[in-house]
Amino acid sequence: MKSFTYERADAPAEAAAAAMRTPGSRFIAGGTNLLDLMKLEIETPAHLIDVNRLALDKIEPMSDGGLRIGALVRNTDLAADARVRRDYALLSRALLAGASGQLRNRATTAGNLLQRTRCPYFYDTNQPCNKRTPGSGCAAIGGFNRTLAVIGASEACIATHPSDMAVAMRALDATIETVRPDGKTRTVAIVDFYRAPGSTPHLETALEPGELITAVTLPKPVGGTHIYHKVRDRASYAFALISVGAIIQRDGSGRVALGGVAYKPWRVEAAEAEMPRGARAVTTALLAGAKPTHENAFKLLLVERTLSAALAQARA
Amino acid sequence: MVKVSFKVNGQARALELDTRTTLLDALREHLRLTGTKKGCDHGQCGACTVIVEGRRINSCLSLAVMHEGDSITTIEGLGTPEKMHPMQAAFVTHDGYQCGYCTPGQICSAVAVLNEIKAGVPSHVSADLTARPHVSVDEIRERMSGNICRCGAYSNIVDAITEVAGRKA
Amino acid sequence: MKFDTPATTNPIDQLKIIGKPTDRIDGPLKTTGKAPYAYERHEVVPNQAYGYVIGAAIAKGRIIAIDLADAKASPGVLAIVTAENAGTLNKGRFNTAKLLGGPEIEHYHQAIAVVVAETFEQARAAAALVKVDYARGKGRFDLAAAKDTASPPPENEFSGKPDTAVGDFAAAFTAAPVRLDATYTTPDQSHAMMEPHASIAAWQGDKLTLWTSNQMINWGKGDVARTLGIPKENVRLDSPYLGGGFGGKLFVRADAILAALGAKAAKRPVKVALARPLMANNTTHRPATIQRIRIGATRDGKITAIGHEGWSGDLPGGGPETAVNQTRMLYAAPNRMTATRLAVLDLPEGNAMRAPGEAPGLMALEVAMDEMAEKLGMDPVEFRILNDTQVDPEQPGRRFSQRRLVECLKTGAERFGWDKRAKPGSRREGRWLVGMGVAAAFRNNLLTKSAARVRLDDKGVVTVETDMTDIGTGTYTIIAQTAAETMGLPLDKVMVRLGDSDFPVSCGSGGQWGANNSTAGVYAACMKLREAVAQKLGFNTAEAVFTDGQVRAGNRSVALREAARGGEVVAEDFIEYGDLDKKYQQSTFASHFVEAAVDAFTGEIRIRRMLAICAAGRILNPKAARSQVIGAMTMGAGAALMEELAVDKRFGFFVNHDLAGYEVPVHADIPHQEVIFLDETDPMSSPMKAKGVGELGICGVGAAVANAIYNATGVRVRNYPITLDKLLDKLPDVA
Repeated sequence: MKSFTYERADAPAEAAAAAMRTPGSRFIAGGTNLLDLMKLEIETPAHLIDVNRLALDKIEPMSDGGLRIGALVRNTDLAADARVRRDYALLSRALLAGASGQLRNRATTAGNLLQRTRCPYFYDTNQPCNKRTPGSGCAAIGGFNRTLAVIGASEACIATHPSDMAVAMRALDATIETVRPDGKTRTVAIVDFYRAPGSTPHLETALEPGELITAVTLPKPVGGTHIYHKVRDRASYAFALISVGAIIQRDGSGRVALGGVAYKPWRVEAAEAEMPRGARAVTTALLAGAKPTHENAFKLLLVERTLSAALAQARA
Repeated sequence: MVKVSFKVNGQARALELDTRTTLLDALREHLRLTGTKKGCDHGQCGACTVIVEGRRINSCLSLAVMHEGDSITTIEGLGTPEKMHPMQAAFVTHDGYQCGYCTPGQICSAVAVLNEIKAGVPSHVSADLTARPHVSVDEIRERMSGNICRCGAYSNIVDAITEVAGRKA
Repeated sequence: MKFDTPATTNPIDQLKIIGKPTDRIDGPLKTTGKAPYAYERHEVVPNQAYGYVIGAAIAKGRIIAIDLADAKASPGVLAIVTAENAGTLNKGRFNTAKLLGGPEIEHYHQAIAVVVAETFEQARAAAALVKVDYARGKGRFDLAAAKDTASPPPENEFSGKPDTAVGDFAAAFTAAPVRLDATYTTPDQSHAMMEPHASIAAWQGDKLTLWTSNQMINWGKGDVARTLGIPKENVRLDSPYLGGGFGGKLFVRADAILAALGAKAAKRPVKVALARPLMANNTTHRPATIQRIRIGATRDGKITAIGHEGWSGDLPGGGPETAVNQTRMLYAAPNRMTATRLAVLDLPEGNAMRAPGEAPGLMALEVAMDEMAEKLGMDPVEFRILNDTQVDPEQPGRRFSQRRLVECLKTGAERFGWDKRAKPGSRREGRWLVGMGVAAAFRNNLLTKSAARVRLDDKGVVTVETDMTDIGTGTYTIIAQTAAETMGLPLDKVMVRLGDSDFPVSCGSGGQWGANNSTAGVYAACMKLREAVAQKLGFNTAEAVFTDGQVRAGNRSVALREAARGGEVVAEDFIEYGDLDKKYQQSTFASHFVEAAVDAFTGEIRIRRMLAICAAGRILNPKAARSQVIGAMTMGAGAALMEELAVDKRFGFFVNHDLAGYEVPVHADIPHQEVIFLDETDPMSSPMKAKGVGELGICGVGAAVANAIYNATGVRVRNYPITLDKLLDKLPDVA
């Protein structure tokens, strides 16, 4: 880990301004991913701005019937919130399927969205990786890529986004609120938040330098049966091979977002029109254009069958 | 170097540390409280679990300097060989450990898990999200899954925790 | 004490303390965080600096240049050791590759430098500033591709014969009316013990002390001396607690050697722990295997021919995974063959991991037996019972000292409700397909010399000293039980000190030989102490009875402690063995029963029930022995379902080299586990009449899981681990 200077921020705009003032700054909240990567010098900030004391840890109802979730709300608290459990069960379920109790106690809402990939080649600094070292190549393509992306990838990168929470947020049409170093705020719909890898896989989100996430908002509840089915190699404390987040209405309509298949939570609204025709039809539309590798081609069938399970569960 | 003060096992401690020092290394290397273990240093095993402000966390993925003013409980703060915490005693009775290296983390986690269930925090295996969770072997297994025991004492650990939970109820 | 005739009645048979389920005497220390592990021994020597190990970035080739300038100038750096400035280093007797590589690189993450600094943070940061230029060489990384180049490995004390044959296997197999010819694969696996390899080194003149984490103290002492080129008597190892080993700490590794070299260079004590992401490639692993099994039988299920061939790979000079060895002993058949072949691979060093040979061997053999039973239309329990043997099938004049596999199978079947097992793919509970599987387990009992010293003080406390280790096995407790039983003392009057190379040389911890041999050595020392005590107190040794802290004969009774009134009474002895293990085949046996459920939609697998029935001689401490078995069952479940070091065949390394990538079972994977020990004593094994269970427990588990999955789904997977992607396209249609 490279040495760095450290400060505590007291207000969001001030934190964003501080980030612009000091080159090489990073915000730290839970630290559960950033510190992990700093130990391996995959992240090498020169300055850390501790945002844990910012008053961004509330979950509040909004006038339109939605919910505003402070950026610093810990995963445990978000999952345990009575309103989330009742109205946005998908979110609660997704959070509880992720990481461990210890990690969820620290990990924050914003940090969860900003997790970096768990591609093993990204994690091994001896290996080429365009995300870690732009232009160095991608060792995962042609290597061990059983866990990696089947869709939306590029010649430069086949990493997946590891978040479970983000899958639920995508299905729930969340919006991300930010503050920029100049003090101005803006909102970004989650659909626009993650950048496709293309030839610049190191650029991952729509955030600008110094921009700080302050909250995530959810529109008013949409009802339906909420199912988050995470499929992994062991029963707990593991990243997804794939996950299916589904909201299924009584009339058979619904929404589906996938984890573990792409650089972002994968949702194609048009595919949801196929819901009444069943899992195979939805999956075919949802994963049209998928380019799996020999090792991860199983994910296509796994998505279909997991969605089948979700539909069966909703019917039951 | 930065100054940081926190309470460990009820005692006020002030340290001057390299900013890079994790809470885990502050405990083990600076305060010489070596009961908290370093198994992976990357949040992948749970051996470093301590209780901060009443919540269990992985001390390896937290900088010491981020804990200014916090109250920290480590395995040493739960009990001593002469006066063990009920959870420690139950681990001995049920042989809920073998090599002992993951054990302090398992015990800190176990103590916190029972409090989490009591506080109504749901888990991945809670069937009804809107209901209060209660202690069951499935709940314990899921909630303890962030603590890896390579010796494979899981079955006994669950017995130990179940016993303590029953005693409490 | 020489053990060369079968044991008769002796003080251990009192069973006042031995054989009772006993809480570990080190339990209060371990559960309160007070048991000291290698890296955390601040108090043993002052002024400890921190070493950080750098691993090679290539699998094969050479270092062209190392630039240390930036690292040396980094804050707090005290010294950097590379092969260039380390002086002459030899290779340890138990190492295949050098522990400090350069300029030649033999495998990925082979250590190439240690950076020593004032603090851990400084050492780690400086290590990242070391710049290395490599010339990548061409390596061989694919076992399947190298299989045809494999050759018979040289025979050594651990490997057995590369080829065995009895009768005419080829003819008998061809003639058999029912035949199976199947190939199975097991992957590379990592020990993944929770405590990383760690050592603190300190020099006093030319004498070196290493506070370390090592299963085999005397081997370690020898190899440290050999590697550094110093006399053995100048080396001391101390390892009272190990955070797991499973074979991964049988040998000296880079942490110890680089701590010693770093301490020499920095001129102060240095501590080194291997970073977790370095461990899988830097240290040893269980090698992958390819196994072909052929079984021929009569229509009524008698095996007439059994053949088992195994291929594995290792670095030049390394050894094979002896996966075929149990097949020489497990089932009767007049015609038999085994063959072991070893390919040269440039992957990291393969070596022993819990039940080397049998663990992967039985994962294949016991699935083959399941497949064969199905071909015969027989119950797999019945098929195994029918083909049991009470003699060594290669030397029918040589009997097993004890062999109760049939009873293990019958008892297990009854306890488990085996009669409720349904046809493959036919039992469904909601979305779950449910099935049961069985496997036999076999592991040899190895006899090896082991010494101890015992001291009686004037408080009546007996202290045992031996360089034996407790790697989580419960050694402290069974040694205390042995001394207490032999000396007629309560358990709390015995102190046990382990793991110091200044103590008498024990058998060490490996190959499930620790419990029987180390306690037999303590028993021998205690019998000598009894003699000395009897003499001091004026008793005839043969008549003296040691009980309740007293020594008695006739109507005279004297407190044991009286013998030490004038000073400690000390006795030292060892157990050594005659040829009872040649005359009799000594092995341990078990049956494993597993119920597994497979999600009919997703192929997710959950183990619902596990039962083991073990016949393994006298069980010294049923509580700790049960823990050994459930732990081994857990590791066996991991081997069946998830554990695999993924090989990058282009660059030659294990890609998933941390605990997030290399998945081992977590709490949620493991159900309640039941273990039953058959009541057994084996008078051929030692005065303790005990054997081992720590490796028996893993043997066969993977196959029982695999067979349960087959029974649940009707899908046979022959390539471990059985992950859901291997089932998915064969599961019933759900759309």
